[in-house]
Amino acid sequence: MSHEHRLRFKTLVMVLLMVVCANTGDLMLARGMKQIGNVQISVPGLGHALWMTIQNGSIWLGILFLIGFTLCYMTAVSWADYSFVMPAGAFGYAIQTMLAIVVLHESVSAQRWIGVTLICAGVLLVGQTKPNTTNIGVLPS
Amino acid sequence: MTRVIPMLIFFVLCNTGGEIAMSYGVKQVGEPESFRPMALLRFVWGAVKNRWLWAAIPLLAASFYSLLILFSWAPVSVVIPASASNYILGTFGAKYLLKEGVSVKRWMGVILVCIGVMLVLFTGRV
Repeated sequence: MSHEHRLRFKTLVMVLLMVVCANTGDLMLARGMKQIGNVQISVPGLGHALWMTIQNGSIWLGILFLIGFTLCYMTAVSWADYSFVMPAGAFGYAIQTMLAIVVLHESVSAQRWIGVTLICAGVLLVGQTKPNTTNIGVLPS
Repeated sequence: MTRVIPMLIFFVLCNTGGEIAMSYGVKQVGEPESFRPMALLRFVWGAVKNRWLWAAIPLLAASFYSLLILFSWAPVSVVIPASASNYILGTFGAKYLLKEGVSVKRWMGVILVCIGVMLVLFTGRV
């Protein structure tokens, strides 16, 4: 396997891991925030919301998954271009749709299917490009 | 939706800015040598010493907190796909700030992803 193929493969595996962590983290955060309720934009309102988020288990679980996402993201970006990793992450929408069908038995509209198909086609196109077009270590600080 | 849209714009700007700053910092740090704990610690330590990663933190923190607020205001099916403009803004950032070679094929892929995400958005319960 050539260096470029190996780089593409390991980056896409890391992106898949990144997507799983991000989706799970978002779901946990959404569940936590639904438990907390509407946030009021005022100093006491924001303070109260902050205090409630600190005490919420789902929020902490969400944060853990998002830390996992950040580590996977940093590793993927250290290997490949940001413009390669970022759109590939959109594959998460396809996974969300599949989960909605398989786990939640939801019906998915034709429009959503078209959207998911376009995302997959886009990810496929990006995935065919050279993963790294910059030289690591040459960026000025 | 009057308060959701400005918050979404704030979220997208902070998120894209934070990700670009983080990518710039990580490119300077370099890739982890392996997945052994010491190698990963060295990678994290290199990241901790990088000022671009420190610049990314407040931006990502602001995007994180605005995302939490958005979750309490609107359904997940609206909030997550609405950040589709991240892809276009992020690709411009990658091209002009990170100096990445964004080929026509990559642009086509990004645009397809963006349209796809938008289509998914419009099937959401707004």
